[in-house]
Amino acid sequence: MVRRLPRKDVVVVGLGWTGSIMAHELTDAGLDVVAIERGPWRDTATDFNVGYAADELRYAVRKDLFLQPAQEAMTMRNDVSQTALPLRDYGSFLPGTGVGGAGTHWNGHTWRFFPSDFRLKTHLTERYGADRISEFQIQDWGVTYDELENAFDRFEYLAGISGKAGNLNGTIQSGGNPFEGPRKRDYPLPPMQMTYAPTLFAEAARSLGLHPFPTPSANLSKAYVNPLGIAMGQCTACGFCERFGCANYSKASAHTTVLPVLMRKSNFEARTECEVLKINLAPDGKSATGVTYINVSGEIFEQPADLVLLNAYGLFNIRLMLLSGIGKPYDPSTGEGTVGRNYCYQTNAGAQVFFEGKHINPFIGAGSLGQTADDYNGDAFDHGPLDFVGGAGINCVPTNGRPIQYRPVPPGTPRWGSAWKKATQQFYNNTLTFSSQGSSYATRGNYVDLDPTYKDRFGRPLLRITFDFPDNDIRMSHYVSDRMQEIANALGGKQAVVAKLQKGWNSVPYQSTHNTGGAIMGTDPATSAVNRHLQSWDVPNVFVIGASAFPQNAGKNPTGPVGALAFWAADAIRNHYLKNPGRLVEA
Amino acid sequence: MKQAALFAGIMIAAVTATEGLASDQFDRIEAGRYQAILSDCAACHTRPGGKPFAGGAPLETPFGALVPPNITPDPETGIGTWSYEDFRGAVKAGIGKGGKRLYPAMPYPAYATMKESDIADLWAYFQKIEPVSNHVVSNQLPFPLNIRAVMIGWNLLNFSPKEFQPNPDKSAEWNRGAYIVNGAGHCGTCHTPKNLTGADKKSEFLRGANLQSWFAPDLTDDPHRGIGSWSSDDIIAYLKTGANRFDIASGPMAEAITASTSQWKDEDLKAVATYLKDIKGSGTPVPQPVAADDAAVRAGKAIYFDRCSACHISSGAGQASLFPTLAKAPIVNSTDPTSLIRVVLEGSQAIGTASKPTTPAMPSFSWNLSDADVANVLTYVRNSWGNAAPPVTASQVKDMRGRIAR
Repeated sequence: MVRRLPRKDVVVVGLGWTGSIMAHELTDAGLDVVAIERGPWRDTATDFNVGYAADELRYAVRKDLFLQPAQEAMTMRNDVSQTALPLRDYGSFLPGTGVGGAGTHWNGHTWRFFPSDFRLKTHLTERYGADRISEFQIQDWGVTYDELENAFDRFEYLAGISGKAGNLNGTIQSGGNPFEGPRKRDYPLPPMQMTYAPTLFAEAARSLGLHPFPTPSANLSKAYVNPLGIAMGQCTACGFCERFGCANYSKASAHTTVLPVLMRKSNFEARTECEVLKINLAPDGKSATGVTYINVSGEIFEQPADLVLLNAYGLFNIRLMLLSGIGKPYDPSTGEGTVGRNYCYQTNAGAQVFFEGKHINPFIGAGSLGQTADDYNGDAFDHGPLDFVGGAGINCVPTNGRPIQYRPVPPGTPRWGSAWKKATQQFYNNTLTFSSQGSSYATRGNYVDLDPTYKDRFGRPLLRITFDFPDNDIRMSHYVSDRMQEIANALGGKQAVVAKLQKGWNSVPYQSTHNTGGAIMGTDPATSAVNRHLQSWDVPNVFVIGASAFPQNAGKNPTGPVGALAFWAADAIRNHYLKNPGRLVEA
Repeated sequence: MKQAALFAGIMIAAVTATEGLASDQFDRIEAGRYQAILSDCAACHTRPGGKPFAGGAPLETPFGALVPPNITPDPETGIGTWSYEDFRGAVKAGIGKGGKRLYPAMPYPAYATMKESDIADLWAYFQKIEPVSNHVVSNQLPFPLNIRAVMIGWNLLNFSPKEFQPNPDKSAEWNRGAYIVNGAGHCGTCHTPKNLTGADKKSEFLRGANLQSWFAPDLTDDPHRGIGSWSSDDIIAYLKTGANRFDIASGPMAEAITASTSQWKDEDLKAVATYLKDIKGSGTPVPQPVAADDAAVRAGKAIYFDRCSACHISSGAGQASLFPTLAKAPIVNSTDPTSLIRVVLEGSQAIGTASKPTTPAMPSFSWNLSDADVANVLTYVRNSWGNAAPPVTASQVKDMRGRIAR
């Protein structure tokens, strides 16, 4: 039996970064908002207790904060000729669950994409000609960097980002990223105090003529009170960011920046351990009437609402759209349809330099305490003579030296026994690691849809990912690996090992939780699922917020643009939609 | 017909007037609501999560348990059948309806100093709140203390009811502060040490007291144990927002701030700060700190750097609005370490107010620090960075463990 609940103005699906921001904005606008979150309630005091937060076995190895496949699994394949199989454990990427979402256990790299990234198709066509990108489904976002500047700024000030501006109102600032778009003002906090490895990396990169700068960080360099009045602490560089909740109130997340204020509001309610089964549509399919969800006791409820905001992890936004019949599913054989289109990932490679007598002290670290060089990222460099487009940031961000999983040893070292013990002792404190994080450009064949065979515990089809690294992205990554080799050589050291990414994406080893696209934004309803305000073209009282909106992925972590898009969409709802509910952009 | 209605109105007004000072007038009810906030009636008479004023959680006194009664106007289980005289007697003299003696867990010795008009306003308000049916058995004291008549003797010894008399040598602001602190605010109920019968030691006014397994700190100008180093603005910020540049409220004071002081008028907060700045401390000299090479201090320092310094910082400076300052903090330098032991064992969450919404928390360390560990780390904290206070013993920690486990 389905129990029908009293109507709300807004139902938010998923209470992570974007759900919290939008709930805060819309409750400020006077709306009655309920957030439905399938994972547990979590807060710093109770769940990221400093007495046991640094439990590597529990959180990093057994992945206590992540979604379990028993709740929602997926199927994977590299191309349409294969039969996708369901994963038994999340590996290549680790979706979050619970209040705070993946923003709980992130590292905190907080970027703005380059201005050229937001108009990528136009930009690359103008600079290199349309032929250079004919193999892709590269698209413009439909929103420009300049339009998003204020939203980026608000997210950075909400989160207390520590960094150094590289471009203030068009003037390049020494010590910052000279390739970034112009910002109206500097970061709210100065960069973090650098540790040894990134300092060495920056010196080596600079000796090669590159422009390293402190990675913009949501680990706070100083104590901070954000515009909502919420206090955050200075990061202690404890080395327990990624896969952990922060016990020190010093990593920005919904818990440390929004929820203390949001939870005080009488027009907000959070229902946790409640999983949305589908978005309900009116009989004509042109408007949503609310959502249906199931609680932990198996009771099913209908929550009517005027506005439905999909704020789940990007992949789950797409699945809910497909399960609910919102938008036309993408078909790679025709290139038609929009939901599931332009699924992209991240194109990464790592480098290790082994030293003697260096005392790197890797245990002094934080998720984004490091240095980045963007000289080979995006279109910061001339691709004219090259055989690819796109690029990668080169990051030296040694996040941790945790005892179980951080055991760097040179290739050829036995995996166990006395030789391994000797090597681990020798190299634990003598290894410098850095990596490239590359762009991932959309192709016709990479997409997500509903699996024809495998179903979840409610009988709903699982999401199927069809993905492999495009040849262009492999060429790009190899080019950047060669540049990393040059940096490694400049660092000296006894031995350098620079990886080169190969075709054949493997869903087992961890690579990146930067899954993007699938419900992309744009200006044409034939090639995008949502308009430039993240409003569904097909069901205008549904907004879909997250990295699912990226038309393709840049060589940067997605959370900065995701946070900015939450403010951008909230503005559209507050300033335009509420005054005149309906399509904000005519198709 | 119209005339009849008017007549009836006059009749009712006349009747209520004879009933005492009750009034249906908005300004009186509103003034009474503010008196209820100043007096923090909710702290005792509203159970956490319960209906307002329908009866509170048990108060653990040194003499036994007392449960604050239902003071809503429900005729069966509340004070719905009380007259103004009954109410006035309970609040100002500790004598309820039918001559029933109240125990001074109800701070009538403080409320006795309140002006008649303030009590009348309070009555006006309490007649208007929602009646809630909730039967409370207040008196759970052991024999013979459960015989209310014993309070007659107590009152003879300890209670000399007298309305507040302004001090003509002090400013109006000071006098307003004194009126609130001694009367409605009943600060001394927690912060003034008690004699063997549980009455205030008047000569040690606001010098800190132990109750319900907490230590309510010294509020005098003592710069070491008291709040002598706090400015008026620091006091106001603390009472209004729950946090100032040194400290963040937790424990029973957090409740008092949430339900009461955060809602006080700014001029009342200022008056209270002015008065508190003028309360003299004991003059007891600052003790010599336990030496840095003492075995307990050395062991405690190692624990502090492992467990505490990430938040409270190696210098004990803490972080504003997030982690309290431990260096030169009154509660740290209190002779009685009860509250310190308790927060280490039990953890504590700061309150959230509209201007300080963060609600940071300290976790419990009872599961991973032994009695000796807790004693050592507190001995270190109490004797570092300018602090000086008697060492904490493992047996004090063991005793607290037993008490909070109950």
